Amino acid sequence: MAEVILEKVVKAYGKTEVIHGISTAIADGEFIVIVGPSGCGKSTVLRMIAGLEKISGGIIRIDGREVNNLEPKDRDIAMVFQNYALYPHMTVFNNMAYGLKLRKFTKDEIKHRVDQAAQLLQLDGLLERKPRQLSGGQRQRVAMGRCIVREPKVFLFDEPLSNLDAKLRVQMRLELRKLHERLKVTSIYVTHDQVEAMTLGDRLIVINEGAAEQIGSPLELYEKPATKFVAGFIGSPSMNFIEARLSRDGQSANIQGDVRLALSDDGAPDFGDRKVIIGIRPEHFNISESNPQAIPLSVDHIEILGADTMVYGRFADTPDLITIRLPDIHHFKSEKVLPLSVAPDKIHIFNKDTGARI
Amino acid sequence: MLKRTHFNPSPLPYLLVTPQILITIIFFIWPASQAVFQSLLVEDAFGLKTEFVWFDNFIELFSDQIYFNSFGKTIVFSSLVAFLSLGTALILAATADRIVRGATTYRTLLIWPYAVAPVVAGTLWMFIFDPTLGIVAYMLDMMGYDWNHRLNGNQAMALIIFAASWKQISYNFLFFLAGMQAIPKSLTEAAAIDGAGPAWRFWTIIFPLLSPTTFFLLVMNIVYAFFETFGIVHAVTKGGPAGATEIMVYKVYNDGFIGLDLGGSAAQSVVLMVIVITLTVIQFRYIERKVEY
Ligand SMILES: Nc1ncnc2c1ncn2[C@@H]1O[C@H](COP(=O)(O)OP(=O)(O)OP(=O)(O)O)[C@@H](O)[C@H]1O
Ligand SMILES: [Mg+2]
Repeated sequence: MAEVILEKVVKAYGKTEVIHGISTAIADGEFIVIVGPSGCGKSTVLRMIAGLEKISGGIIRIDGREVNNLEPKDRDIAMVFQNYALYPHMTVFNNMAYGLKLRKFTKDEIKHRVDQAAQLLQLDGLLERKPRQLSGGQRQRVAMGRCIVREPKVFLFDEPLSNLDAKLRVQMRLELRKLHERLKVTSIYVTHDQVEAMTLGDRLIVINEGAAEQIGSPLELYEKPATKFVAGFIGSPSMNFIEARLSRDGQSANIQGDVRLALSDDGAPDFGDRKVIIGIRPEHFNISESNPQAIPLSVDHIEILGADTMVYGRFADTPDLITIRLPDIHHFKSEKVLPLSVAPDKIHIFNKDTGARI
Repeated sequence: MLKRTHFNPSPLPYLLVTPQILITIIFFIWPASQAVFQSLLVEDAFGLKTEFVWFDNFIELFSDQIYFNSFGKTIVFSSLVAFLSLGTALILAATADRIVRGATTYRTLLIWPYAVAPVVAGTLWMFIFDPTLGIVAYMLDMMGYDWNHRLNGNQAMALIIFAASWKQISYNFLFFLAGMQAIPKSLTEAAAIDGAGPAWRFWTIIFPLLSPTTFFLLVMNIVYAFFETFGIVHAVTKGGPAGATEIMVYKVYNDGFIGLDLGGSAAQSVVLMVIVITLTVIQFRYIERKVEY
């Protein structure tokens, strides 16, 4: 077990820089999730920590030791790959024992450790099979087992659940979390699935185009996204963004014409009279028939999901469709106008130019 | 199931397979049956009459010590050629799989020998090792090693083994490289994290996963060494000195076209035919089942 520290880590392929200086400290026993859209550099960061990619700048420390120039095998880490990377010609037992044999464990010790891991992962009885005789979920567990037996300082996961079907994914997600609670090994987990990120991680690192946009707990990211990108990436369906002009005193925002939203107590006086981006999550709209301040939404179409109803519509003549999630089942005809209100503390304001939170 | 009547009887399919069938008949079935037929005949010294002798040619062949010597030489020759060319190609492919810079040039250069005709390859090696003109022979001489493959049977054998292996390296290299590139990179990466160094990764991960390719190539190389090396032997040693490099294909030619023992030579080619058919059957058997790993 160990802490992992990244200091201004940079990666360039030739002249193209793909990671632009990421810094973070991952505490001992923490489960941290690196999340971001495809191609943003998540795998690259993970592979640099593993030692599979040379780093072009900065420092990576594992357990207080700089590992920049250490081979993967000397870093005392274990990794689960997206395609599991099980050795196809070896039995499950040998797959798990491969690393132990190389580290010169005794036969008895190897057997003991593999048996224990197999029991923990419900793989007993499958130890003599070859990987191709296993189901997707079982392969995933073997890949986990191969990491566990070595008792490394750090676990690295690169989208380990993305090859599984939706139901199994939910189940394995839960198992992973439980496993972590038992073993308490520092874990770094890469995914582009924000639900996985929110449910698994103690903390999340949101990466966009090779830079860390925000690092924080899932709730922090949900409630106080630091940038428009994070706001849009975390939460499903994603946040609505509406262009608006702040009033002179910064206490309210004008969306087109005279549609007006009251902001929370302190408002944003520094940005008075400036154009900004307003962000509101679909689940934070309420219907309030009696409110004279309500903003009217003209319904375009609806989707009834059972537990919720998704309403898509427009404010006055804004071009973009606004998404609203209402609990329960509702039947609204298109063109119907809904009076909506939003609690002032659920309104996020972003700088129109930089995307930073105001 | 579709009924026969769904298809209009048309001569087109037959027309389309005709060329293939004609080629097979003219260049394989007919000569093969001629060989089998010839192997049952004996011609007198003046070519005046031929006599049908059943299996006498084969009986004579199998009681001939020279033929068994030739058989032994062929075994030595083909195993060494297969071993050398497979081994070298494997090392080269493993290197090519790792290097990034100049990889294309490296690969292209390695593929060239395959485009060289056997006779040309043989001539090339003969010149390099020529006892009076050859550069290697000259260098060996300076190091105090007397090289003359025209007199020394073992040296002659070594020379055709080198030439034949060299020519086959490209072919093996291509297959090995393709095989290696089909192995997911994450496997070697996982092994690296598990603690294996490059050589250990090669022996425990890459080599076992290449075994289907290796097996296929082994059969192909044996077939090559048995049958396609005629040109090399002909150009380099002509079976000499004193029959030291007379492998089976070359003996077929020597006995038939030089010695004019048509029946005996035909019997030898029938034996070779049986060998190649056996190898092919083994090959197909295994390809169907795949090598288990
Ligand atoms: N060998 C390479 N040479 C050049 N560019 C590369 C190389 N490997 C990756 N990249 C670039 O680095 C960037 C980050 O790649 P990376 O694989 O880390 O993305 P990712 O976030 O893991 O995406 P995904 O979710 O699709 O797996 C991409 O833009 C990619 O094109
Ligand atoms: Mg990736």
